[in-house]
Amino acid sequence: MSKEPVAVVGIGQTKHVAARRDVSIAGLVREAARRALDDAELTWADIDAVVIGKAPDFFEGVMMPELYLADALGAVGKPMLRVHTAGSVGGSTTLVAANLVAAGVHGTVLTLAFEKQSESNAMWGLSLPIPFQQPLLAGAGGFFAPHVRAYMRRSGAPDTVGSLVAYKDRRNALKNPYAHLHEHDITLEKVQASPMLWDPIRYSETCPSSDGACAMILTDRAGAARAPRPPAWMLGGAMRSEPTLFAGKDAVSPQAGKDCAADVYRQAGIADPRRDIDAVEMYVPFSWYEPMWLENLGFAAEGEGWKLTESGVTELDGDLPVNMSGGVLSTNPIGASGMIRFAEAALQVRGQAGEHQVEGARRVLGHAYGGGSQFFSMWLVGSEPPDS
Amino acid sequence: MPEVLKAPLVVEFPFTRSLGPVQSAFLTGLRERVVLGVRTTDDRVLVPPVEYDPVTADEIRDLVEVAPTGTVTTWAWNHAPRRGQPLSTPFAWALVRLDGADTALLHALDAPGPDAVHTGMRVRIRWAGERTGAITDIACFEPYDGRHQHEPTPHTGEFADLATGIVAPARLDYTYSPGRAQSAYIAALSGRRTVGERCPSCRKVYVPPRGACPTCGVATAEQVEVGPGGTVTTFCIVNIKAKNLDIEVPYVYGHIALDGADLALHGRIGGIPYDQVRMGLRVEPVWTEGARYPDHYRPTGEPDADYDTYKELL
Repeated sequence: MSKEPVAVVGIGQTKHVAARRDVSIAGLVREAARRALDDAELTWADIDAVVIGKAPDFFEGVMMPELYLADALGAVGKPMLRVHTAGSVGGSTTLVAANLVAAGVHGTVLTLAFEKQSESNAMWGLSLPIPFQQPLLAGAGGFFAPHVRAYMRRSGAPDTVGSLVAYKDRRNALKNPYAHLHEHDITLEKVQASPMLWDPIRYSETCPSSDGACAMILTDRAGAARAPRPPAWMLGGAMRSEPTLFAGKDAVSPQAGKDCAADVYRQAGIADPRRDIDAVEMYVPFSWYEPMWLENLGFAAEGEGWKLTESGVTELDGDLPVNMSGGVLSTNPIGASGMIRFAEAALQVRGQAGEHQVEGARRVLGHAYGGGSQFFSMWLVGSEPPDS
Repeated sequence: MPEVLKAPLVVEFPFTRSLGPVQSAFLTGLRERVVLGVRTTDDRVLVPPVEYDPVTADEIRDLVEVAPTGTVTTWAWNHAPRRGQPLSTPFAWALVRLDGADTALLHALDAPGPDAVHTGMRVRIRWAGERTGAITDIACFEPYDGRHQHEPTPHTGEFADLATGIVAPARLDYTYSPGRAQSAYIAALSGRRTVGERCPSCRKVYVPPRGACPTCGVATAEQVEVGPGGTVTTFCIVNIKAKNLDIEVPYVYGHIALDGADLALHGRIGGIPYDQVRMGLRVEPVWTEGARYPDHYRPTGEPDADYDTYKELL
């Protein structure tokens, strides 16, 4: 039996900021969901099911968002599911929703992911003291910095590549009204002069802590035919996982990431991602992950990803723009970050990305990862339906 | 076989909550001894109020004031109150439909015993002496013999000095056990030996051991002593001081592949200026009296390891 094609017909997000003290969590998710419905010109009654994702529970102390947020998301009397996969959750949540449409279980699904980092402290959530273990480190930056150093050693990349990524993403964010950081006076020199936090990662090469939500309306072919604006079509989607630590793990270029990308490309008939894909919105919480993921996702040979960054290929006007929205480096409500990547890919192929639109973007990859490079989720979306 | 370790683990955090317009009015109202509900699209009054209609999903903002008196719709006796509950003596958990409301509010009912409580009994709010804009501004409910005579009246929700947030402390009490394999690892460390376990299938040596190989999915049991020497495979220099971490910055956090281990463990590198640490540096553990783990790893003075010997162990 063939799958039902899946279309994105509505996208909504909040203006991401450090703290949304004016709204409850219910009010925050409602704002994104309402904008997605408005974009699709649909009402709550048009939604058949709701799929929600958020960051790990300790990050904001909400254990059952699917229960607490049911009325804010119009889920009463409908199926409501919650997805967990750490930082990649926004991507996996989208794919669970998409699979419900693809399988013909539901016609139109609202999917949403959020986080209010201001209600908690993610660094605390990542550093719970465990009895009998030696406390050594706090936060994600210290965890990922040794992997960045390993990448630099393996690839021979010059020290400056990380700062180029941060400078690019922060400038892209200036074109995105929803981005959290709008650093109007950003310069490359400022990035390079910012303090080393976890050497080799500088302050300006890390992501902020944000409050925000992102929502999408996914629908079938019939729903897409009724849509008021051009839909984005899912051409391939996949998830993979592997343990955070195991003998033989390649933390620089995890096998699960390669396998996930290969699955997406197989579904979408992509032979050469560098040639066949127009832009990429990928999960880069620390700047060096841009060249690392360019290799992991098959856009460059091993050890060559930094050359794409250094030569300007990944700039907004480059040959393969990366993180047109400003990326995780400019906006990071962790639970929503994966979905924001997926939504940006869809915005691009719908031609709705505004000032950060890539001209003629027809096929765009959205990517998310989570845990200690444990979970991967990706989708490729296109301006034309599959098999057309 | 050494004893399997256990220890208490408390996870505790004062999460905050921004209230949004409806909860803000409701909790500020309690501070002022006013109970507010919200009117739904189909004209029911919900107490406590919510922001979105549970039937139609409409945004609802029509606030009404209801009475501080009401009727018990159902209840359960709590024989042994726990820390943080509204009363320290036995009480009833009761659902109370306040006069003027169509839904019931969960709270404590102070009564001498379960025989004094029944569904349909009349109760009223006992206000807390000190009120801050929180559900605890209702100390509890208490029996009351007056009749129901209240119709809900419209309320603007406006008060001076609105409460806009609350602190919602969470605390979880666990008994933590690291399990057989890690207990054995920790027991060996007390003799200053590092003992991992080998997977019977892929033959990889896990340090610290976890009792199973995550790649092959089989139990590991064969113990293998590794080290004491090892190689720094990669590292970062930590320049920010973390709360509750008693290490002076800057310090070097390293991945150290002990000789004979098939993955790196994590430790602090010392005995060398932080800016001279490098990948491939040969190190050994430095123990301090009474500590469970090596305090740090210091250079052995051997020549650096060749990259090819540890590139799979980053």
